[in-house]
Amino acid sequence: MNRAESDGQSAEGSDAGRAGSDAGRDEPGTGPDGSGTESELVADLLEGKHRALARVISKIEDRSPGYRDIVSELHRHTGEAEVIGVTGSPGAGKSTLVDKLAKTYRDDGQTVGVIAVDPSSPYTGGAVLGDRIRMASNVGDMDVFFRSMSARGTLGGLSTATSDAVKALDAFGKDKVIIETVGAGQNEVDVVRTADTVCVLVQPGSGDDVQMLKAGILEIGDVFVVNKADMDGASRTVAELEEMIHMRESPAKNLDTGHHGPVDEAEMAEVAIDDADEEAWEPDVIETVATSGDGIADLVEALAAHRTWLEESGALAEKARTRYAEEIRQLLRSDTGRLLEEELAERGGVNALADRVLERETDPYSIADEVMGPIADCVRDRRE
Amino acid sequence: MSTQEQEERTIRCLIAKVGLDGHDRGAHVISRAFRDAGFEVIYSGLHRAPDEIVQAAVQEDVDVLGISILSGAHNTLVPKIIAGLEEYDAFEDTLILVGGIVPDDDREELLEMGVSAVFGPGTPMEETIEFVRENVHDRT
Repeated sequence: MNRAESDGQSAEGSDAGRAGSDAGRDEPGTGPDGSGTESELVADLLEGKHRALARVISKIEDRSPGYRDIVSELHRHTGEAEVIGVTGSPGAGKSTLVDKLAKTYRDDGQTVGVIAVDPSSPYTGGAVLGDRIRMASNVGDMDVFFRSMSARGTLGGLSTATSDAVKALDAFGKDKVIIETVGAGQNEVDVVRTADTVCVLVQPGSGDDVQMLKAGILEIGDVFVVNKADMDGASRTVAELEEMIHMRESPAKNLDTGHHGPVDEAEMAEVAIDDADEEAWEPDVIETVATSGDGIADLVEALAAHRTWLEESGALAEKARTRYAEEIRQLLRSDTGRLLEEELAERGGVNALADRVLERETDPYSIADEVMGPIADCVRDRRE
Repeated sequence: MSTQEQEERTIRCLIAKVGLDGHDRGAHVISRAFRDAGFEVIYSGLHRAPDEIVQAAVQEDVDVLGISILSGAHNTLVPKIIAGLEEYDAFEDTLILVGGIVPDDDREELLEMGVSAVFGPGTPMEETIEFVRENVHDRT
């Protein structure tokens, strides 16, 4: 997306009215008449119109023209919602648990947004989004805004649009935003980058204790839930999780608080001392039976306890900073990527270059230097 | 904007089972066919009330609402859904399809009401998919 171009469009088309916005959605290529109503859409969203919220999320998902302006306008209205991520293996009962969680918050008078991410086909990009079926406790309640999202080809358990969609729900005024990830695999841990509190669901009997030692999803939990606790083996799974938690010296440092990359021994020790001061978070292990609602109250309490800890320890602000830093980096990466795609097209396309590599005329590194060189020079010159 | 951004626009559909009939094989088959056509399909599950379908269609901002009815209650249920969509300004830009058992006389009535097409038993999948592709962008 060309930033300048889209600004021009919004200025020019600002009077296009409601019909213009619809036309723009139908044909993403129509630009000028389509993107003029962004601020109107934002105004409608802030006023609490469900349709506008739904449309904004679609624009975010589609990366349609003007979506960036929308998200940046929304930003200043965000920061109030508590964002809870729910992850775990397929069939662990995430949707049912989220449903009951949403119900509990609603009964407490809070409004809830839910984003449920489901996998998309690697072949066609299509998807069947089936989590809505399990939102039985909240049907007919418009104050639970439930939105299904397809992963649209990204790995990690979330769609790249998820965090922007969370912002839309936050700006809309939802007190709680719950993100349900794709039935995540062992390494699908993106949710820590978007949620303040991560709840990991584990099924009874889902592996031996070596599973508990492995890196990945079990490292990211702020609260663990052994769902289907009425099944055989639940107490053993609880015991194993608790053992795992006690073995943690410094909980999920890299992911949680943004302490950077590899650290040496001294730094590690320092970090450990820091933590002792501010009392590191020790995750709870909660047993639930989501279908009957057993244990949901305990879970709500555990989530609230983590929230309190986040606020009092300063970890919340730290998390937010890390998140925005990562977001800035990501935007820059994708903008640079787009610039490079343009450059490649200008040079006759990447396939032509690949053919030259295939013919052994040159190699990928040389081509990268060749393409990147002038861009790098240009940027460095400007900096001086 | 780049061509890549245009290609990212994905057709979103809600496949809805309304009312009391419990036969959802057809709904499953069409969901799968739409998925394979590259659409994003939200499946409602069985026994939904018109209100629930409206809520889902509005929140999910779908381009296409496919209503599957085999019970014969289309004349009562479909108008309720359409009224609900109108209430949320969502009727105008939602392509509404009805699939199932619909007698010819009722068919006309549904079309007049604002349903875009009625697909009876035995309609080839390709026909439905093609219809969606051709008509989804034409709404105003």
